[in-house]
Amino acid sequence: MNREEKQILFEPVVDNNPITLQVLGICSALAVTAKLAPSLIMCLALSVVLVCSSAAISLIRNHIPTNIRIIVQITIIASLVIVVDQVLRAYAYEISKQLSVFVGLIITNCIVLGRAEAFALQNPVRESILDALGHGMGYSTILILVATLRELLGSGTLLGHPILRLTRDGGWYEPNGLMLLAPSAFFIIGLLIWAVRTWKPAQVEKSQYRIHVVHRSTEAY
Amino acid sequence: MPADTVPAGRVPGLRIFSRPNDDPGKILAVAITLCLVCSLLVASAAVLLKPQQERNQALAIRKQIVNVAGYPAADADQVEALFRQHIETRLLDLDSGEFDDSIDPAGYDTRAAARDPARSRALAPEADPAKIKRRPDRVPVYLVREGEHIKTAILPVYGYGLWSTLYGFLALAGDGRTVTGLTFYEHGETPGLGDFISNPAWQAKFRGKQAFDEQGRPRLGVIKGGVDPASPAARYQVDAVAGATLTSRGVDKLLHYWLGDQGFGPFLKRLQAQGGNA
Amino acid sequence: MEAYLSLFIRSIFIENLALSFFLGMCTFLAISKRIETAIGLGAAVIVVQTITVPVNNLIFQYLLRDGALAWAGLPDVDLSFLGLISYIGVIAAIVQILEMLLDRYFSSLYNALGIFLPLITVNCAILAGSLFMVERSYDFGESVVFGLGSGLGWALALVGLASIREKLKYSDVPAGLQGLGITFIIGGLMSMVFMSFSGIQL
Repeated sequence: MNREEKQILFEPVVDNNPITLQVLGICSALAVTAKLAPSLIMCLALSVVLVCSSAAISLIRNHIPTNIRIIVQITIIASLVIVVDQVLRAYAYEISKQLSVFVGLIITNCIVLGRAEAFALQNPVRESILDALGHGMGYSTILILVATLRELLGSGTLLGHPILRLTRDGGWYEPNGLMLLAPSAFFIIGLLIWAVRTWKPAQVEKSQYRIHVVHRSTEAY
Repeated sequence: MPADTVPAGRVPGLRIFSRPNDDPGKILAVAITLCLVCSLLVASAAVLLKPQQERNQALAIRKQIVNVAGYPAADADQVEALFRQHIETRLLDLDSGEFDDSIDPAGYDTRAAARDPARSRALAPEADPAKIKRRPDRVPVYLVREGEHIKTAILPVYGYGLWSTLYGFLALAGDGRTVTGLTFYEHGETPGLGDFISNPAWQAKFRGKQAFDEQGRPRLGVIKGGVDPASPAARYQVDAVAGATLTSRGVDKLLHYWLGDQGFGPFLKRLQAQGGNA
Repeated sequence: MEAYLSLFIRSIFIENLALSFFLGMCTFLAISKRIETAIGLGAAVIVVQTITVPVNNLIFQYLLRDGALAWAGLPDVDLSFLGLISYIGVIAAIVQILEMLLDRYFSSLYNALGIFLPLITVNCAILAGSLFMVERSYDFGESVVFGLGSGLGWALALVGLASIREKLKYSDVPAGLQGLGITFIIGGLMSMVFMSFSGIQL
């Protein structure tokens, strides 16, 4: 893999993360991250759809007329999501039951359409697949971080196994109820963004107004 | 032309794809081809996988029934064997509380019956706390017998939660009052939050609870704020789960509905009166 | 009538698509810098939702549902697996038609909305509205009320967030939190506020 391909693959993990910089794919990051196991499956499902749709759209990119391009992309993405949903229901029945509504919502996950529109439509298949994989990894990184924190602090477990013993089971840890509610995902992602942007100041958004301290040379009164 | 895109010009019949992208003929051709290819893909997946999905669903339901009856089963063969050995399926007429043996319960599709105006009835919103809209006239119930006596009656219950309809089974002992189990096998609630209803640890809290009080009113329910073990109402109540208010409320409402006169009330009263023989 | 009113109020406040179900978040967080744009986008979402939910209801009832094709002589056909793709197709088509109509007859409004109109197609709140309608088996009347109510609720949340962000324009937010970071935190606080509605029963 040459340097440019490496950049396409790894840039979306931190420098161009879909959730913390591009503001894409937020809905599922908030809703499914109360526990780690469904989040892992969601990451997998999204990555599969992302890679397949980017590859397919890149393959036919020279034949898509401009005025129907959005609906062409959506049709391809929706068909892939339905196929993934059917396969999950046939071969991973219990897990598909856990994720039901949210697998369908992958169709409107902005990452998939966003990458199709911004990258796959103009780039060859190999690069599109790498880009899709990179964004899948970026999305998964955030989801796994948020889900780990929420499940650990909210239920004391990870993947269902108890890590911090809860007071109601005779242990010491009083679970943080807020972590089980979706507002906690908002706060955790907000704090994550703060941390990432402190580490990589290039991502900081310039504010429209800055307060400047004006020094007085004499007392006013 | 880049090497990886689909070569169209050389295949006769596909020459339409060599036209420029804003050519109306090409737009139509691309649209139609895409629809055909996608429909084929989606329909093949749906049709080819449907038998496996139906097997999964039937197995999941039988596994739930067998588990809630008190026979833990691990794999598919065990589930089938235990089901054949212990479970009797009968079709129950809800209004009369009597079994209806004129229809074979094996092929009976409750959800289809609920949609069929001839085999179900619409519910007015005031009479529909579980928000199921229509109630089928007959439902299959699953009985575990000890000789002639009913040891456990496993009743299908369903109602609306937060995102979706919750489908489950309520198991009552032969006295028609004591709960021996509750399980939910199908729902679309929030993963990690509302899906506590599938958690065996929460379901276990229902064991031993009383469904009805001394006056015969349905009292089994899910309450917010913690059950006070000292209060006399504790034997009817189970804790809701924090952060999943609407899912918990959905469970509470569907339990009240199906234990009432519109649900299994008539059947359970008959069971109580006859001391477990029906 | 009362049932419709109850459904209407419920879908705006108690079951708010943005703040109770966390749908349509991407647009919600990205397009909430100014109140004027938020109002424009909110209005567009209300129109699209009010049209697409009833239309999808008709499609589900008469084409896709198990047994729906009985009027065409095919009572055993179950096309519900085509649901997702049909609903999103309808949404994309209606957004496209709306765009063309606005461009022709209300061009000042069209210019004001700009890029937001096509963005509505992939707003998960719109698709979720149709999915909820199917799951809860609403009839046509309820679909209209639910479409209007849920669209209004989402728009209300968006305008609320934009108002708060405008008020924060002159505040001294730390550099790392500027923009997206503080918006997430505000969003979290707003959703906690809307949770106070969850106990209300109508």
